Amino acid sequence: MPPRASRRRAEPEEEENAGGRPFWSGTLTFGLVSVPVSLFPAARTVRTSLRMLGPDGQPLARKYYAEKTGKDLDADEVVRGYEVTKEKFVIVTDEELERLAPEKTRDIDLKQFVPAESIPPIYFERGYFLTPAAGSQKAYKLLAETMDKSGLAGIATFVMRGKEYLVAIFSDKGILRAETMRFADELRSPADVGLPKKKEAPKATVTKFQKLIANKSKKQFSPAKLADKQTDSLLKLVKKKQSKRENVVKVEEEMETDRKVVDLVKILKQSLGGKK
Amino acid sequence: MAARAIWKGEIKVGTTKVPVKLYSAVQDRTVRFHVLDDRAKKRVKQHMVDPDSGDEVPAEEIQKGYEIEPGRYVILTAEELEKLQPPQSRDIEIVEFVPQTKISEQWYDRPYYLGPDGGDEKDYFALAEALKNKESEGIAHWVMRKKYYAGALRAIDDYLFLFTLRDANEVILADDLTKPSGAAPTQKELAMAKQLVEMLQGEFNPKEYKDEYRERVMEFIEKKAKGHAPRLKAVKPKRQTAALDNVLAKSIESLRKKEKRAA
Repeated sequence: MPPRASRRRAEPEEEENAGGRPFWSGTLTFGLVSVPVSLFPAARTVRTSLRMLGPDGQPLARKYYAEKTGKDLDADEVVRGYEVTKEKFVIVTDEELERLAPEKTRDIDLKQFVPAESIPPIYFERGYFLTPAAGSQKAYKLLAETMDKSGLAGIATFVMRGKEYLVAIFSDKGILRAETMRFADELRSPADVGLPKKKEAPKATVTKFQKLIANKSKKQFSPAKLADKQTDSLLKLVKKKQSKRENVVKVEEEMETDRKVVDLVKILKQSLGGKK
Repeated sequence: MAARAIWKGEIKVGTTKVPVKLYSAVQDRTVRFHVLDDRAKKRVKQHMVDPDSGDEVPAEEIQKGYEIEPGRYVILTAEELEKLQPPQSRDIEIVEFVPQTKISEQWYDRPYYLGPDGGDEKDYFALAEALKNKESEGIAHWVMRKKYYAGALRAIDDYLFLFTLRDANEVILADDLTKPSGAAPTQKELAMAKQLVEMLQGEFNPKEYKDEYRERVMEFIEKKAKGHAPRLKAVKPKRQTAALDNVLAKSIESLRKKEKRAA
């Protein structure tokens, strides 16, 4: 069993071929107010920038196949199964997963609002921007502006693609952003890990560290400090080889059937602007 | 049972080194499915194929390429890629410190516990206490399993955590986008919405929230395995027709009633 195969459906990050469609569409509610919205990822997948190519430099496609016959299988020829006993599976369809929790599949019901800065970062998993559906701009703005002014984030649980998420909704410069979060039982405690009990540290050592921190403190966080060195050196090598015309291959565009390059920012702007 | 450490390193702050062990802070509870061949109901395998001919390309013939423009690739050999790997190191280098609230939620990727690694545990707890007192978190760089990582060092309760942070190119910021267009809410609506949200305000208590869906899925699977799966109703979309100020007023009213009943 390739671990990738079982992870594929469970984890949104694996699915890059969204083709500009929203990840989830439903209704955000607070009180009796409902705001129909769409969710789009707030992060691009850039880390895996290398593509698998064949001997002639042609881009390859990853395919499922049946082991016995060796025959390739299309997306509509595979199903999702849970292994109940060895090699015995119960098939579960997308529809069944959706119908198991109809309200949670459809609604993000904000039952509680908490101070936006009070959530420890261990909970945060992945970010999505919310865009208003046609006709819901006013209610969307109402919620965004209210949360912005009060410094609050809305908390809910909802089901997306066959998995329940704890989610926090933030207002980020007038745009609503959802951060999916881990449930408390998905996080280990210090005791689970086997960490030792706290030892009283000498005051002098604490003061020494505080001084070191103060010396190296900046007022703002600068994302440039997160530049990926590995990607940088890879890009340098690519440039060098390109200028020497070393190992450069060109393939016909038509061959790239299984992939669309999606400009997420463009899609988000269109969706926020009310265009389809 | 205590967890196994993933990696060992040393936090470098100035000239002081604090030896630590790294543990995953997450335990995955997702219900795992297998991809099956619909006909045979057997697990499937995966391979790489040439999309034109449909022929399988064996692993030893696969090359890796970087796409410089659509359809144009620079091929990188295995040796070249190996040379790009960072030199091994145990250092968790702290580049700088920033106030705790300055890194937006969007950047956080995976959390790891750091635990003291032998020697004097007091340095470990002293650093945690200092970070807490200063309400700071450190921007950290380290190399683990032949890969560069950038992240954040932070104290939560009495312990140190190391988070991997997303790459600068990955995250889309609200600044890159434009606010939605359309009609603005009225002052009256804003005042009512404020009142409503304040009535729903509380402390973040993560233990209040349970993944009930996971249990439902498992129950359903068990029933289906025994051959009596329940019939499930379709999901219907919801619509709101009433005016915004009416809905707000009704929401506040119903919450007040709830509060009265609870009192």
